[in-house]
Amino acid sequence: MSAGPLLDPAPGPRPQSGLGATLAHARYVVSGNPVTALAFGLLLLLVLCAVLGPALAPYDPLASDTAAALNPPSLAHPFGTDQLGRDILSRVVAAARLDLAIAVFSVALVFAVGGLAGLAAGYFGGWTDRVVGRIADTIMAFPLFVLAMGIVAALGNTVTNIVLATAIINVPLYARLARAEAAVRRNAGFVLAARLTGNSEIRILLTGILPNILPLMMVQMSLTMGYAILNAAGLSFIGLGVRPPTPEWGIMVAEGAGFIVSGEWWIALFPGLALMIAVFCFNLIGDGLRDIVDPQRRT
Amino acid sequence: MTALPLLEVRDLTVEFATRRGTVQAVRRVDVAVARGETVGIVGESGSGKSVTSYAVMRILDRAGRIAGGSVTFSGVDLRAAGERQMRDLRGREVSMIFQNPRSALNPIRKVGHQIEDVLRRHAQAGSGDARARAVAALEQVRIARAAERYHAYPFALSGGMCQRVVIALALACRPQLLIADEPTTGLDVTTQKAIMDLVAELTRARGMATILITHDLGLAAAYCDRVVVMEQGRVVEAAAAETLFRAPAHAYTRRLVRATPRPGIGLRDLLPEPAPEAAPLPAGAGVVPGEPLLTVTGLAKDYAGGGTAPLLRRLLGRGRAGAAPAPVRAVDGISFAVRRGESVGLVGESGCGKSTTSTMVMRLLDPSAGSIVFRGEDIGAVPAARFARHPLRPRIQMVFQDPTDALNPRWTAARAIADPLLRFGTTRAVRPRCEELARRVGLPAALLDRFPHQLSGGQKARVGIARAIATNPDLLILDEPTAALDVSVQAVVLNLLADLKRDLGMSYLFVSHDLHVVRLLCDRVIVMRAGAIVEEGSAAEVLERPKAAYTRELIAAIPHPPAASPSPA
Repeated sequence: MSAGPLLDPAPGPRPQSGLGATLAHARYVVSGNPVTALAFGLLLLLVLCAVLGPALAPYDPLASDTAAALNPPSLAHPFGTDQLGRDILSRVVAAARLDLAIAVFSVALVFAVGGLAGLAAGYFGGWTDRVVGRIADTIMAFPLFVLAMGIVAALGNTVTNIVLATAIINVPLYARLARAEAAVRRNAGFVLAARLTGNSEIRILLTGILPNILPLMMVQMSLTMGYAILNAAGLSFIGLGVRPPTPEWGIMVAEGAGFIVSGEWWIALFPGLALMIAVFCFNLIGDGLRDIVDPQRRT
Repeated sequence: MTALPLLEVRDLTVEFATRRGTVQAVRRVDVAVARGETVGIVGESGSGKSVTSYAVMRILDRAGRIAGGSVTFSGVDLRAAGERQMRDLRGREVSMIFQNPRSALNPIRKVGHQIEDVLRRHAQAGSGDARARAVAALEQVRIARAAERYHAYPFALSGGMCQRVVIALALACRPQLLIADEPTTGLDVTTQKAIMDLVAELTRARGMATILITHDLGLAAAYCDRVVVMEQGRVVEAAAAETLFRAPAHAYTRRLVRATPRPGIGLRDLLPEPAPEAAPLPAGAGVVPGEPLLTVTGLAKDYAGGGTAPLLRRLLGRGRAGAAPAPVRAVDGISFAVRRGESVGLVGESGCGKSTTSTMVMRLLDPSAGSIVFRGEDIGAVPAARFARHPLRPRIQMVFQDPTDALNPRWTAARAIADPLLRFGTTRAVRPRCEELARRVGLPAALLDRFPHQLSGGQKARVGIARAIATNPDLLILDEPTAALDVSVQAVVLNLLADLKRDLGMSYLFVSHDLHVVRLLCDRVIVMRAGAIVEEGSAAEVLERPKAAYTRELIAAIPHPPAASPSPA
C-alpha cells in the first residue's frame, strides 16, 4: 500500500462485478480440478434425463412385453429387460425425474425449515436457540433411516411423505450448520452497523446474515442431495414410498435383487449404477462448490 | 558492528505463485544482524517484512519459494539446509514470536507443558528436570507465581501474560537469534512497554540478536540499534535508528516518519506534503463550545459474574442461596458531557470500560444505571432493542474499529452507504446522495460498485465513514477508527475526520487507546481506568501536564520516534 495523497490507489485487478468475478473464480477452480468439471457434466446429464425423461427413452417405461421378458442386454435393449419385458434403459431414464424431484423438494424444504430455524437460533440465541437445539437433538436421537421409515409408515405411502421424511431427518444437520455460522456473525461490525442504521432484527437476519452463509449452505445442499436420493431409494427398496410399477431406482433394485441369484444381474445392476452415479455426482459437486466458496482459494 | 554477522541475508528474493502469475513479495533484500544487536524491520502492510522473516525460518506457505539470494546463519547456509536440520535450528538456534500470542499457543495444553515440549524436543531437558526448567523459563519472563501458572491454560491468561509465555517458549532453549514479528500489536501500551523492555533486557543479558518486525516507527526507534525500512518488497533505507529518524534519506522513510503521530505536531503535519487544498484547522482550543449535546450521568453497567457458578448452582440444587456471584461492574457510574461541535476522546487500556461506555451511548447495550441525555431526551431509558426505530437513531452514528468487519461482504460500497438512507425513509435520489457522500469522504465514484474485498483498507474506512455521516448525525462515535490501518492511511483518515467535523459541525466521541492520536483530533480527553474516570481535561493539558499518576504512566509507555526534522525534498 503506497502512502499516496488523499486518493488511495486502486487495489489491483478484479474490478468485475460480483457475478462475473464468481464465474471467473469458478472457472479457475474447475480448471484446477477436472473432477469437478466431470461432476457438473454428470449433473447436466441427470437433469437432461429428468427434464426430457420419457422423450429420451426408447420405449414406454411402463409397457410390458412378456415375450421379451428377462432378456439380457442387447442392441435392442442396451440394459436388458425385466421380468415383465419392460425396457430397463427406458425405466432408468424415466426414473431420474422422480428421484431428482424427491431430492430437490426435500432439500428445498429442509433448507427453508432447518436452515432458517438454525439461522434464528444462532442469531437470537436464548430461548430460540434452546428450542431449536432441543428439537434437533430429539430428531438426532433416532436412527435417522428408521425415523424416516416410521414417518412414511405412519403418514402413508406417498411421494409427498417421502419428501417430508427425508427433509425431517436432515433438519438437525442444517439447523446446526446455520446456527454455528449465524452465531459467528451475530456480533460482526456490519451487523451492528445495520442495527445503527435502523434495520429491524428480521431484516438484518435476512439481508445481512443469510446471504453470507448461503455459499456454505449451498455446499451442504449439494451433499444432502445425494443423501436424499439414497434415502428415497432406500425407502422404496424396503417397500415404503413409491409403489411399482412407477419407475424408481430403489424399487427397480429391489425388484431385480430377487433375480440376481438366477443370473439375471442386469435388472438390479443398471438402476443401481444410476443411483451410484447420481450420489457420486452430487458429492463431487459439493466438494467442488466448497473449493469455489473457500476463501483460501481466492488468492 | 564489524564483527561477523550472526545472520546474513543477501539478495533475498521470495516469490509467490498466484493465479495471476508469480508475484515477488520480497525483492533483493539485504539484512545483516550481529550478535547482541537489535535490528528493526519497519514497513506498512504488504511491504514484505514478515515474508522476509518467514523465508529466514523457511516457513513460507506452500505457494511461496525463495527464488534467489542467500541466507546464512552463523556459517550455515539456510537455503541449502535440509528440513531435518531446519527443524533442529528452529526453536534451538532461531526462535520466533508471533503477533497474536493467543493463537500461537495450543489452547488445550497447559502452558508449562508447552514449554516442556520445546525443551524435550531439542534435548535441552530430560523428564527429570523439564518441569523445573519450564518453571524457570516462566520466571525469567517475570510471570508471578510461576509454579502455579505452570498449570494454567492459555485462555486463563491475559493477552500480555500469553505473550510472556510465548516469549518464554521462544527463549527456553536459549536461541542465538530471536525474530519478533509485531510482538506487541494488539496489546496495551503499558503491556507493550513491559514486554519490549523484557525482550530488550533478555537480548542484552544473553547476548542474543533480535530482529523486531513492526509497523510502528516509534517502537523501532525506542528499541532498535539499526532499522531497515521496507516498501513493496524492497529495502529502501537501512541506517542506525538515530540517524534514520533525525535525517531520513529516502522519500518513503520521510513520509513514514511524518505520518507517525508524535508530540508537538498538528494533524496537518501528518500528511506527506502540506496538502494544497487543506484549509487550516481551528486549533483544539479555538472551537466555540456549543450547548451540551450529550450528557451522561452516573452511567454504570454490570455483567452477571462468576462464569460457571450459576450453572453449577443450578445443577447442585437451586435452594442453596447466599452464594450468588458478585456481578462484574464494567462501567462504574461515570458522568461526562459532549457539547455541540466538540470532540471528546475516551482513552484507556483494554478492559477499562471505554468500549462498554461507547456501546451504551450508541444504544446497542442497555445500561444498568444512570442516564444518557441526548438532545434533551433520556435515550438511556429506551431499550436498546427498540432504539432502532427511535427518531433519534439517525442522530447518533458510529464508525467501527475494523473497516473490513464493518462492511457486509455481499454489499457493494454504494449499497452499504445507501443503507441508512433507505432505512430512514429517503428513497428518492439515493444514488446521487451516495455519490455526494463518496466525494465528501474522498472515495472515487468509480469504486462505489465494488465489493469490500475489492477495496483497500483505507477505502473501506472511507465507506464506513460515508455510511456513518449519511444521515447527518449530530454525534459520531469513533471506535478506534484507525487502529487497523497503516500509519500513512491513518494520517489521511484522521485529517478527513477533522475536515468533516469542521464542515458538518458534528460532535465526536473518539474511543482510543492511542493518546497521540487522541490529542491530534480531540478538544477534550477523558481517561478511564477500571470503569471509572481517572482524569478529564483539555487535550493539551492532559497530555502535557497530566495530573493522575495513571495518565502519566500511559503517556510514558508510548514509544515515539525522536523529534525528526523532515525537510521537504
